[in-house]
Amino acid sequence: MPTVSVKRDLLFHALGRTYTDEEFDELCFEFGLELDEITSEKDIISREQGDTKAEGASDVILYKIDVPANRYDLLCLEGLVRGLQVFKQKMEAPRYRRVSPASSEPQRLVITKETTAVRPHAVAAVLRNITFTQERYDSFIELQEKLHQNVCRKRTLVAIGTHDLDTISGPFTYTAKPPGDIRFKPLNQAKEYTAQELMSLYKTDSHLRHYLHIIEDEAVYPVIYDSNGIVLSMPPIINGDHSKISLNTKNVFIECTATDLTKAKIVLDMMVTMFCEYCEEPFTVEEAEVVYPDGRTCQYPELAYRKETLSADFINRKVGISESTEHIAQLLTKMCLRSEVMSDGEQIEVEIPPTRSDVIHACDIMEDAAMAYGFNNIPRTTPRTYTIANQLPLNKLSELLRQDLAAAGFTEALTFALCSQEDIADKLLKNISETRACRISNPKTAEFQVARTTLLSGLLKTVAANRKMPLPLRLFEISDVVLKDESKDVGARNNRRLCAVYYNKSPGFEVIHGLMDRVMQLLEIKPGQGNGYHIQAADGFQFSPWCFQLPCQTGPTSLPSGAAV
Amino acid sequence: MSPAQETLLRRVEKVDGGLDSQDVATSLGVDHQAIVGAVKSLLALGDVISAEQRSSKHWELTGEGCEIAEQGSHEARVVSSIPEEGMPQSQLMKLAFGKVGFSKAMSNKWIRLDKGHEGGPRIFKTVEHLEDLVRDKLLLVQKGQASQLEEKEKNELKKRKLLSEVTVKSYWITKGSCFSTTITKQETELTPEMIASGSWKEKKFKPYNFEALGVAPDCGHLHPLMKVRTQFRQIFLEMGFTEMPTNNFIESSFWNFDSLFQPQQHPARDQHDTFFLSDPAQAHEFPQDYLERVRKVHSEGGFGSQGYKYDWKIEEAQKNILRTHTTAVSARMLYKLAQQEKFTPVKYFSIDRVFRNETLDATHLAEFHQIEGVVADYGLTLGDLMGILHQFFNKLGEGSTSQGWGQFHSFNSLPGNVIQFKFEVGL
Repeated sequence: MPTVSVKRDLLFHALGRTYTDEEFDELCFEFGLELDEITSEKDIISREQGDTKAEGASDVILYKIDVPANRYDLLCLEGLVRGLQVFKQKMEAPRYRRVSPASSEPQRLVITKETTAVRPHAVAAVLRNITFTQERYDSFIELQEKLHQNVCRKRTLVAIGTHDLDTISGPFTYTAKPPGDIRFKPLNQAKEYTAQELMSLYKTDSHLRHYLHIIEDEAVYPVIYDSNGIVLSMPPIINGDHSKISLNTKNVFIECTATDLTKAKIVLDMMVTMFCEYCEEPFTVEEAEVVYPDGRTCQYPELAYRKETLSADFINRKVGISESTEHIAQLLTKMCLRSEVMSDGEQIEVEIPPTRSDVIHACDIMEDAAMAYGFNNIPRTTPRTYTIANQLPLNKLSELLRQDLAAAGFTEALTFALCSQEDIADKLLKNISETRACRISNPKTAEFQVARTTLLSGLLKTVAANRKMPLPLRLFEISDVVLKDESKDVGARNNRRLCAVYYNKSPGFEVIHGLMDRVMQLLEIKPGQGNGYHIQAADGFQFSPWCFQLPCQTGPTSLPSGAAV
Repeated sequence: MSPAQETLLRRVEKVDGGLDSQDVATSLGVDHQAIVGAVKSLLALGDVISAEQRSSKHWELTGEGCEIAEQGSHEARVVSSIPEEGMPQSQLMKLAFGKVGFSKAMSNKWIRLDKGHEGGPRIFKTVEHLEDLVRDKLLLVQKGQASQLEEKEKNELKKRKLLSEVTVKSYWITKGSCFSTTITKQETELTPEMIASGSWKEKKFKPYNFEALGVAPDCGHLHPLMKVRTQFRQIFLEMGFTEMPTNNFIESSFWNFDSLFQPQQHPARDQHDTFFLSDPAQAHEFPQDYLERVRKVHSEGGFGSQGYKYDWKIEEAQKNILRTHTTAVSARMLYKLAQQEKFTPVKYFSIDRVFRNETLDATHLAEFHQIEGVVADYGLTLGDLMGILHQFFNKLGEGSTSQGWGQFHSFNSLPGNVIQFKFEVGL
């Protein structure tokens, strides 16, 4: 769950009233959020770096609020306030409009074909006559960061660039060039660098070095120029210093380059809807035109409002309440899903705004209705589904055997299903190729290289970790191992095993033998050749003379498939 | 009964009040520990005697203290070793008692030092006769008359390490309620022979000691986590849920993610969060028509969903992983259910191992168990879901009802009006 940090007093000012911490916590809960922490910058630094470093840091109270991962409209103070005010029915959800420029042609972003190889998509928009204050500016920058981390998947899917439109002039070109050919002064630097030099420069930058890999090894790097050859940005790494935004910026050009067009559109919509509040004409966004390599043009931002129709009955049935159509429409409107009862009195037309890209199915609407109704207000009922329970036979057998093994004086162990290669091969004097083991491709440590093919390694490790305990140690485990099997659709299957270990100053073969006899007795398998069980020495188990195999033909008692001793 | 015990009993018998064990030891000429042993074994027999532990402190001379008591203090010896014509300082310092004695004698003003004397600094006596107070005091203590000295004096000598305070533990022995000079041995156990012969009637038996713990039974144990699992399993069965076959740790991304509508670029499918297999690397069999439908919903939408509108790749879906949730099995079961000719309502559950590629720390493991429940029927509501969870927790006995419902998040939705919720309980 992403966490948004907002200054409490700013928040209350925007909401038009103050709350106690408890009241605000309640409000968050009702709305589906969680007030995670109340702290201040000073507290944070104090905790992370010690009190001395925290001297002089801000004391301003911060609320850290957890928001659901798919609610991109709640990632900044502006969005939170809007959401909460609409929820409390203090205001109506604003209507976002895309407008044409007053007197001129729209800003144009031309995409060349070179970008197809590296970062094919781009969208753009303009915020006209906007007024920034320090807080709004900070919020603006912060939202970009949050979106980058969240829906943009750390800039791999989408990268946002914001520019002072008055410092540049269109039409803009989005192209890709070999790194040696790109040269500009990046944000907050004093001189010009080539793209290659920037790659080395930012290798030590704690923030930017994580994004270098996205384009580092490509033949061409993406770059955006204006009509005078000034570099706006080299996505997804860094913007140019020339077009940087300041508190005095009045007109903003926003571009999003991406490998996923749908996400780019969502991100652009998010950026503009959140901040167009501060434009001279609030909640309007000036369009920009994107020209594709094949000549097609497209106007952005989309700011699409989508309509879905559903019945009050649908909501009532799914949630388990019975509310009137009007009330349901009201509940949904509280969640920024403006709804109207249609002429038939039953159907509701729900309008999904561009800020709610998380609503993609009628069930999402239903969920919002339930949330607005209040989950704790929904009566809890038991489904009338009548079913007879069945145990999985394999698990039933395992449970029964577990009890009897403990009754026989053995202690159950629970060991990892993943282990190192040595654990199932070398340490048991076997060749790894004989084991039919499944291999992990991305283990974090050597302890998790393969899935276990025997329970013995785990039990032996348990013994090794418990050598200080009084002897004898009697351990058992009934659990699954994993074996390769081409006949299964995934190429592997589990196999239920029982393993027991006796550890003492003297080996005690007869103890394990006796246990095994007991297990067979419980399974009603008699000793003897032919229709019973017998022991024979096995090849391959060389480390102790008494390891044995157990060929077993079952008679009337059939063991469930997948069980082996 | 040992001779020590017998002697002790007789002594106690004779005396009116009580005896100190130290005194007994001294008068018998035996080691105090032997008497202590006798006392303890007599105590074990019941109330024959009662013994009260006492400790007393008294002062003793240290080794150095003994030496001084015999030969006189260092300072006195210094004085006595200086002849009429004096002695060079260097010569005096060579004597064993020289250094310590010199400074003490100087402070007592028993000697004087002539620094300017020819041939080096020279020491002269200033007194003819002196009282070796230190030695006198030590002798007093040696004779057992330490009480004649003041505390201050004793502490001073202690500082000079000539005296030490010694704690002596002794027992004050008096007659017990069942005192007698003869001891009858108490039996600890009834034996078959005693019963057979009838001799038990004349025996005295030692009372049981209930203060100590008994013998721990040598039993086997079930693993605590497995015991919890058994409990949960039982609850599900009592609620009519049937167990799903979850004995397959390795799953394809298709069933684990795609069929559950988790998009292919979702962070949970990262290398950081999921274990991928290098062998077997890919699954090779899927229900083709279902796969097509899943592809369509992801990339274009369908069944009332807008979809995610991205290019869905089959290579991604084929990748084998260690399952990150048992919901993958639920997906398979629901698919099977959908293939049935006639729909039957079902309640399924599973409790089994899942894997996440996490860094291990005090509260996170890469393998853990997940509890999963599925109900499929017509006309189910959100209220039903909450009701079932409520009942489940009631049976668990946690009593964590009403507040603390935490948050619902609609985790994903399966195609076809089937809704799945994941629920976090704020415990």
